[in-house]
Amino acid sequence: MELLKIKGLTKRFAGLVAVNNVNLTLNKGEIVGLVGPNGAGKTTLFHSVCGFHTPEEGSVKYNGKEIIGNKPEHICKEGIARTFQIVQPFGNLTVLENVIVGAFNREKSYKEAERLALENLDLIGISSLAYSRMKDLTFPNQKKVEVARALATSPEVLFLDEVMSGLNPSEVNEFIELIKNIRDSGISIFFIEHLMSAVMALSDRLAVMHLGEKIADGDPQEVMKIPTVVEAYLGEEVS
Amino acid sequence: MRKFPILISLALLIFTFFPLIVKDQYYMHIAILILYYALVSQAWNILSGYSGQFSFGHAAFFGTGAYTSSILFTKLGVSPWIGLFAGALIAALIGLFIGYLSFRFKLRGVFFSLGTLAFAEILRIIIQNFDIFNKTLGVLIPYKPDPLMFQFSSRTTYYYIILLFAFAVTVLVYYISRSKLGYNLVAIRENEDAAQSLGVNTYKNKMIAIAISASLTAIGGTFYAQYMLFIEPATTFSNDVSINILLPAIIGGAGTVLGPIVGSLIIIPIGELTTTLFGNFVGANLMAYGVILILVMLYLPEGIVGWFQNKFGKEKNAKKKKDNSINGGEDVGTFKN
Repeated sequence: MELLKIKGLTKRFAGLVAVNNVNLTLNKGEIVGLVGPNGAGKTTLFHSVCGFHTPEEGSVKYNGKEIIGNKPEHICKEGIARTFQIVQPFGNLTVLENVIVGAFNREKSYKEAERLALENLDLIGISSLAYSRMKDLTFPNQKKVEVARALATSPEVLFLDEVMSGLNPSEVNEFIELIKNIRDSGISIFFIEHLMSAVMALSDRLAVMHLGEKIADGDPQEVMKIPTVVEAYLGEEVS
Repeated sequence: MRKFPILISLALLIFTFFPLIVKDQYYMHIAILILYYALVSQAWNILSGYSGQFSFGHAAFFGTGAYTSSILFTKLGVSPWIGLFAGALIAALIGLFIGYLSFRFKLRGVFFSLGTLAFAEILRIIIQNFDIFNKTLGVLIPYKPDPLMFQFSSRTTYYYIILLFAFAVTVLVYYISRSKLGYNLVAIRENEDAAQSLGVNTYKNKMIAIAISASLTAIGGTFYAQYMLFIEPATTFSNDVSINILLPAIIGGAGTVLGPIVGSLIIIPIGELTTTLFGNFVGANLMAYGVILILVMLYLPEGIVGWFQNKFGKEKNAKKKKDNSINGGEDVGTFKN
């Protein structure tokens, strides 16, 4: 079942076409990876779908409903939660308070919101940090809090923007398991990642962007064999 | 967080018995000033301390409250008790208007502050130029003690009324701070983009904050008018008023429930003391405020209560963490959709 359908999406910044006519779908229960070199337009695509940018052309249908032009808060209410590539913490609040803000997206009472927040902290495995101040945390831990915070909004779709950068190999393996668990709980996932081992381990489907355009989309193993993808990633073959 | 009700109740108890112990009229006057500044500063705290929209022009709301009840009373004979609500309503509407112009167009930080400053000045100039407001002469409220007309022969009654107001607003702020609204406001203060991504409607929440803040400030204005029995543009709409409103909250700790009360308890007595000691030297109390403000900004930038929370929060958190690990574990893996 198609949950999210991006069609002909184009976002320009003055003369620069950051995202050029991109089509992408996300099916229910799917984990879709998005890779590409720096500046390919991956994060801009995220921003455009989540309402932080207004794309010039194209449509984004979520559950059959057009969501382009909606504000970020409305898109979150619809059921799409996200994390940020550059963490956006509520620095002076504790970790728990950070997650409670997310939990209040659906919950009305403080008690319920707190319970939901603690549950999600447990799930991400950072309960021990609950009462630390967000700005005292390390960068990878702040990224984990962002995931917990996004999950606390009780989304249907989760957008993860490079959540694994800065994690050590054992943490990466934990995170891969965690993301699989999140998917098994019924949340579809769309993620940007540079760490290829994680991308290959997680993706049901893999999309590749280069210079604003989607150049490949399909089975991860197959996609990584396509010459244009290899070229975009590694440059032309020397021979 | 749990400690606050205890501290608020304790403070209320001390304040309730204060007039039974202290009979001196001058000390009563200072106590009234403390509570009155705690009230208006608490109102400022909702908009500026919690949601981080730093207002430099709360005089606009204060003056609106003072003038609405006073004009209604002197020109139409309407009881200031009704004027109190009328003033609160008009101030809320003015607040929403300022909020609409500012927040619609994403006026943030210092630009919002300057906007509020300008609005207070605009209102002062309007008041100073219309006959109905007695221009720069101000409004003299005839002294006819009558509880129905919000006038009392005894200072103690004024004291208990302002105590009730200040206490009620503090309890309100306490409940807001633990509610969805409070968390949304703090999230907006800390990071608007992140707040939006978590479903917080930043525009709507800021509008709610400015409306509540404005109407409560106006209530302080009406009380001031009925207590002093004389208002003029300079003492209700000027920048001095705006600064006096925000000072206790900043010194005590903006964005904390007890901050405005603690700040008011510190600066009002010091202000009165310097005025008494250096009576001939006009502005001595302002210099004292300035020194306190500089010291707080340098050493306790989060205010006195904010500093205490950070310092002693740690022990409490360590204890909570321990409790958590005992209860923890059972929820692992359960996942809410």
